[in-house]
Amino acid sequence: MSSTEFEIVIGLEVHVQLKTKSKVFAHAAYHYGAEPNTLIDPVVLALPGALPVLNKAALTQAVRYGLLVGAEIPPVSKWDRKNYFYPDSPKNYQLSQKDFPITMGGEVEIELPGPARNIMGEHKVIRLHHAHLEEDVGKLSHATGGSLVDYNRAGAPLLEIVTEPDLRSADEAVALLNAIRMLLISAGIADCDMEKGQMRCDANVSVRPKGQKELNTRTEMKNLNSISGVKNAIEYEARRQIREVEAGRTIQQETRGWNAETGRTYTLRTKEDAHDYRYFPDPDLMPVKVSEEEKAQLKATLPERPYDRQRRYMEVFNLPFTVTSVFVPDRPLCEYFEAAVSEYPANSLGIANLIANDLLRDLAASGKASVDMFGEADASTVTAASLADCPIKPAQLAGLVKLTDEGVISKQQAKDVFTEMFSTGKDASVIVDEKGLRQSNDTGEIESIIKEVLAQPTSAKSIAEFKAGNEKALNALKGPVMKASKGKANPKLVDEIIRKLLG
Amino acid sequence: MDHLAKLARIALTEEEKAHFSGQLGTILNYFDQLKSVNMDGVEPSAHAFPVYNILRGDEPGPALDVEALLRIAPASRDNQVLVPRVVDDEG
Amino acid sequence: MSDSLSFKSVAELSSLLAAGKITSLELMQSCIDRISAVDGKIGAFLGFDQEDAIAQAKASDERRKNGKTLGPLDGIPVGLKDNISLAGQPLTCASKMLKSYVSPYDATVTARLRQAGAIVWGWLNMDEFAMGSTTENSACKKTCNPWDISRVPGGSSGGCAAAVSAGMTPLALGSDTGGSIRQPASYCGVVGMKPTYGRVSRYGVAAFASSLDQVGPLAHTVEDAALLLQAIAGADSHDGTALVNPVPDYLREMDSKKGPWKVGVPKEFFGDGLDSAVREQVQKAIEFYKKAGCTITEISLPETRYAVAAYYIIATAEASSNLARFDGIRYGHRSDKATDAVDVYSLSRAEGFGPEVKRRIILGTYVLTSGYYDAYYVRAQKIRTLIRDDFMRAFNDVDFILAPVSPTIAPKFGEKSNDLLALYLGDIYTIPVNLAGLPAISVPCGVAHEMPVSFQLIGKPLDEVTLFAAAREFEKAHDFVTRHPQL
Repeated sequence: MSSTEFEIVIGLEVHVQLKTKSKVFAHAAYHYGAEPNTLIDPVVLALPGALPVLNKAALTQAVRYGLLVGAEIPPVSKWDRKNYFYPDSPKNYQLSQKDFPITMGGEVEIELPGPARNIMGEHKVIRLHHAHLEEDVGKLSHATGGSLVDYNRAGAPLLEIVTEPDLRSADEAVALLNAIRMLLISAGIADCDMEKGQMRCDANVSVRPKGQKELNTRTEMKNLNSISGVKNAIEYEARRQIREVEAGRTIQQETRGWNAETGRTYTLRTKEDAHDYRYFPDPDLMPVKVSEEEKAQLKATLPERPYDRQRRYMEVFNLPFTVTSVFVPDRPLCEYFEAAVSEYPANSLGIANLIANDLLRDLAASGKASVDMFGEADASTVTAASLADCPIKPAQLAGLVKLTDEGVISKQQAKDVFTEMFSTGKDASVIVDEKGLRQSNDTGEIESIIKEVLAQPTSAKSIAEFKAGNEKALNALKGPVMKASKGKANPKLVDEIIRKLLG
Repeated sequence: MDHLAKLARIALTEEEKAHFSGQLGTILNYFDQLKSVNMDGVEPSAHAFPVYNILRGDEPGPALDVEALLRIAPASRDNQVLVPRVVDDEG
Repeated sequence: MSDSLSFKSVAELSSLLAAGKITSLELMQSCIDRISAVDGKIGAFLGFDQEDAIAQAKASDERRKNGKTLGPLDGIPVGLKDNISLAGQPLTCASKMLKSYVSPYDATVTARLRQAGAIVWGWLNMDEFAMGSTTENSACKKTCNPWDISRVPGGSSGGCAAAVSAGMTPLALGSDTGGSIRQPASYCGVVGMKPTYGRVSRYGVAAFASSLDQVGPLAHTVEDAALLLQAIAGADSHDGTALVNPVPDYLREMDSKKGPWKVGVPKEFFGDGLDSAVREQVQKAIEFYKKAGCTITEISLPETRYAVAAYYIIATAEASSNLARFDGIRYGHRSDKATDAVDVYSLSRAEGFGPEVKRRIILGTYVLTSGYYDAYYVRAQKIRTLIRDDFMRAFNDVDFILAPVSPTIAPKFGEKSNDLLALYLGDIYTIPVNLAGLPAISVPCGVAHEMPVSFQLIGKPLDEVTLFAAAREFEKAHDFVTRHPQL
């Protein structure tokens, strides 16, 4: 039994569908969930004579991605044909990029799971190798007596992001996917919904004794299409490789599949069966040059990177990690928060808490958003649309926090006012006035109410207990006072005056 | 020749294979003249002239009716193209 | 009536239509009558939709009646090589693979011709998927040269050249990958032009070799060719290789382009392989320009000696990939023997493709396989660079280049088909032009062995105008336009 400690080395190839209205090389529209073969045209079907033309928006999105991850945008980018026959590939070649991809290098910051949910995990930087812009294939489903092909997805714009072998665990791989997803969603580059196939992943895995510098033979696992798939397949494959090595066998370079039902990877094809894709430059497409001006223009359209934003929120706004981790993956929510803070900078934490606790709860309850940020691939964020629909505008939310801070209404009242705001869309101050909720700060009036209450025989016991040192007894006195003031008396003043009168 | 026929997905008869491989040999011999050309520093050209950035705007064009696909497809079912069972591998 | 219209130029037909002396319907009918009379012997047409052609002619007449004529091509029939898509019409590429395929869309050139009012019609025979130079590789039928039916019409646009030459359509659109317009035009004694690569959209034209293919006109006269090019040239949002440069008004600019020109004559194009009778005719054309005051300069295009090798590497490589879409899955021939998807490919393609297509796909597949890619494909791409540079150097000193189109006259059927390499070398004068992406026009200039002979003028990129002007000057000084095959 060997006692060698192994290190897992992982590189990912992440395929992400870019957000565009039409396909990457065809005029046909593209969106998820259409009826079979309704998003087709001569180019999608590769009819005789059909030709590709590059969609400028797909190029723009790919370049924006590159700028977002600090990649180099090479002066010239070209497309190549990857030749292989498969029924979901109408041309029987895929337009991809081999030698001159759209971006080179770059890096992505990832966050590992912390020791507890409210404690930030370690951050790490993963280097990227390159990304290329290519086209998606159609969808093949198996039916009795054959297979059925739907070409809707064929030609959807796909960005393949290839990392360096910098990842050291399945958790890091998952963290990378989450980080990429956050980045791309925040910049409006992609939706990255794994359930909709908008984000897919291949993983290259090898193991080596800890301390060894050179990489060992790797296997490639194809089509890991959920977060749990990525995690489980990598963990299984690493264990398998370690077992093989410990048993004195060598790892074969091969392509493997992942069977989620058995929880195992299996050989798809060995190195000997590897395809000869016969790549060559696509003669139907001219190369692309992106000028410095265009890069500068596109750079100006990029948002702050999520983890940069998170640091800023923690440092500048003093937000706790848990709240930032709710906000940061969700750019519209961040923008909402910042708009509210700009209206009332004095209490960013109060605003943040109101958003994180009350607003998201009510948005979720009203069916406008689901707020579980930690779930599987379908963890949808609050969409820009749902926030646009939100009955409470940032300035109104800030107004409510301000009214509370100024003591105009109590925290308890604020909850009711919030609910009212959410259902009516009215300003907090309007609701406060309409309902006559404004707190009384009239010390003379409050004092006279208190005196009446203290004079009542029912109060005698509590007075005695308080004087004997029982702080809680005070609450029994405050209740009747608040009741007599119809809830308007400022609780802070009530407290002060009772103490003064009994003191 | 078997490998090429497989890559090109054309089932060649033995006769065709023999015939083609002879002709292929002749042509490849002829191509060998290129090996003697000094091409140091010469850039390959995918097209005669370098042209860049021929792009189109992101406006969806008209879709082809699914019926148009069904009319030309050799076999179909449920608005999809039907093919004999695909053996899992090639993808 | 019909014979009297058969050989008229578009300019003449257009003025007859404008003057109300003929109708488009009469013109169309005369083409159909001519087909009935002579195409049994020639076999240029794979077929045509008579009803549709008549309807288009009637629509043109209706426009004319209402004063809404769309231009000089309104009401003029333009026959299409059967690799150019016409919505609702068959598109076979002369292949069994597409025997029952009907195109659901118009090629850009077709759509533009419709916009110009032209009658787009007919499926003109060709070598299967444009692979060949005799039209003998058609899986559909044999096309004969109207000047001598024991000879080939050339190819791959053999049907186009034969149809125009025999007076069955005043204009035709072909495609030229390595000479496929110019060479059959030369064999059949008509004008043929390959425009600058990218000048005309390829959208809807079944691809042979994407970096070389270019659509172009076949016509009785140079002006007719210019008129047809005018209607189809220009940028296209459906073709990522279509050039965005503005299209000049060819007819007007032609008038303003006057010689004398500096004419380059490449010595490499007059070597041993050139038939002496053909050489003699081309020499006479050189003499003509000399007498017209042009400076004749001998130039050298040394790298063109590698053109045929580079061409067959590039063209077959691209074709092997372009033709992968013909797989029996979405359209086209599907073998009924297939039991799994791999069979569908292998058997359908084995049954659907003819021998030359298979040969070229195999060859193209070979040159792209890993291990051979650098030795063949990359080197061929570098040869392309060298050949282009040769031409561009020459254009520093000359306005255009004059050369033969083909080393020989149209061969007899089967004459060359046993020697593949000899057949490929027949394209030696046309291929370099495709590799260099240049415009070239083939112009009838004489008779050798009782068959028509042409020369070609090769121009600077996008300088079609100079070629038209110089070609027209030659044409006007000779009577080849009035000579027609006796059928």
